Amino acid sequence: MDLYAENILDHYKNPHHKGKLINPTTAAEDSNPLCGDELKIELAIQDNKVTQVAFNGKGCAISQASASMLTDELIGKTPEEIAAISNETIYEMLGVPLTPARVKCALLSLVVVKKALLFNKFSQ
Amino acid sequence: MQQIKPFSAKEFKKDFPILERKINGHDLVYLDNASTTQKPRQVLEALEKYYRTMNANIHRGVHTLSEEASEAYENTRQLVADFIHAKEAAEIIFTRNATEAFNLVAYSWGEMNIHEGDNIIVSALEHHSNLIPWQQLCKRKKAELRILPMQSNNPAELDLGAYPALLDQRTKLVAISQMSNVLGTLPPLKTVITAAHAVGARVMVDGAQGVAHVGANVQDLDCDFFAFSSHKMLGPTGIGILYGKRELLENMPPFLFGGDMVKTVSAQAANWNDVPWKFEAGTPNIADTIAFAEAIKYIERVGFDAILQHDQALVAYARRRLAQLPGLTVYGPTDLTHTGGVVSFNVPEVHPHDVGSILNDSGVAIRTGHHCAQPLMNILQVPATARMSFYLYNDESDIDAAIKGLEKVYEIFKVGK
Repeated sequence: MDLYAENILDHYKNPHHKGKLINPTTAAEDSNPLCGDELKIELAIQDNKVTQVAFNGKGCAISQASASMLTDELIGKTPEEIAAISNETIYEMLGVPLTPARVKCALLSLVVVKKALLFNKFSQ
Repeated sequence: MQQIKPFSAKEFKKDFPILERKINGHDLVYLDNASTTQKPRQVLEALEKYYRTMNANIHRGVHTLSEEASEAYENTRQLVADFIHAKEAAEIIFTRNATEAFNLVAYSWGEMNIHEGDNIIVSALEHHSNLIPWQQLCKRKKAELRILPMQSNNPAELDLGAYPALLDQRTKLVAISQMSNVLGTLPPLKTVITAAHAVGARVMVDGAQGVAHVGANVQDLDCDFFAFSSHKMLGPTGIGILYGKRELLENMPPFLFGGDMVKTVSAQAANWNDVPWKFEAGTPNIADTIAFAEAIKYIERVGFDAILQHDQALVAYARRRLAQLPGLTVYGPTDLTHTGGVVSFNVPEVHPHDVGSILNDSGVAIRTGHHCAQPLMNILQVPATARMSFYLYNDESDIDAAIKGLEKVYEIFKVGK
């Protein structure tokens, strides 16, 4: 039950930045087919800084809370700063003990964000 | 078989050492039998005894150990034949698991008998193992894969009304499950098989769940192929069983090639061993096959009438208790007479994965996910379900523990608030 701490449940029930952007610069999606987590993340980037972010998806509390928390962190950051975000940062951000089975759920958001930035890089 | 043991799940629990384990400080409550079943001490002891007293390679040696091992191995084959009422032991092939059995049929029988323009019918209920080999076979042979759908207003039951339109002279195979691992549905196999045979199609039955819960009489069913595995019926992992009608097996080419499946071999050629050994290349899973005999005997002592009755009593109890949780969705046939011991469900607002994690915190093991039946999940319009699956050692106290865990889920996630 330590896994379902207040912050996780809060973000799961009231996710931040859930929705769609009107004019995203880049977007990406991915899923954990083993457990049915899906995430799509859209970013608006101006002057090499993330100005807006939105995510959509469905899945377990860990995957959705992770997406919600991560999107909070992205505003104002450059793609380089975001690329440097490590798995450890995500674990600290969530602040709950993760068994190996739930690591993939926690990291899905980071995987999708980095994918979106990669698409952005190649499209320039 | 006469039921010798009076049915008492509480007493049966004592035969399964693993059920004494504690998980996170709680008694283990094992409700994931559709994934795999636990093993009675009779099976564990037989496995250990084999390696301690008669380990040797089979079919080749003239020394005592080899003779004993060979005899015990073939004895299991006969037991399996009797268990599913096959005509003879030669119709029983041992594979690694049920999945390999489906692949054997696809590669051996399928390659030879499916041609461009033919079709194969697969039910919408199927586990990926009785679907994907046929998808691939159809792709290779430019044949058509047709799906026998579920009823639109009752997605736990097959829409047999749609079946006749799918069957025609080009239908060569119908693949159907004996018991759904997601919904517990027991389709009317005989009806499906009779209709298939009427157009000259063969039938492949997935007995992985069914064989442990309702048993099988393959002669009575008249199915052409029947696949199941040891580990879902109290036996060890690493053994699958393919039953095939003798006349079919005689005409099928081997699946895997190598030692033991040959008679004489020269540098440039080989000829094949008799059925069933034609299909058993290399050293098999000897020890586990010998231990498997004890699992078969255990189930026969309990008896299938009692097992199914128990299953259905537990499903009824589980559904009754689940109905008390607000907004919870249960998936499965409304008619319990064709339901085996599986209950899939979803908690509103909470992903099955989280349900499973919280239940695990109090020692309750259920399965969550798509259960290797993604097409069925699409029909149910959910990405995943939580699933409780019962066997002869489960009782109402196990279900009570699961319900308690679900009440915790409601509490933690403030469901409905």
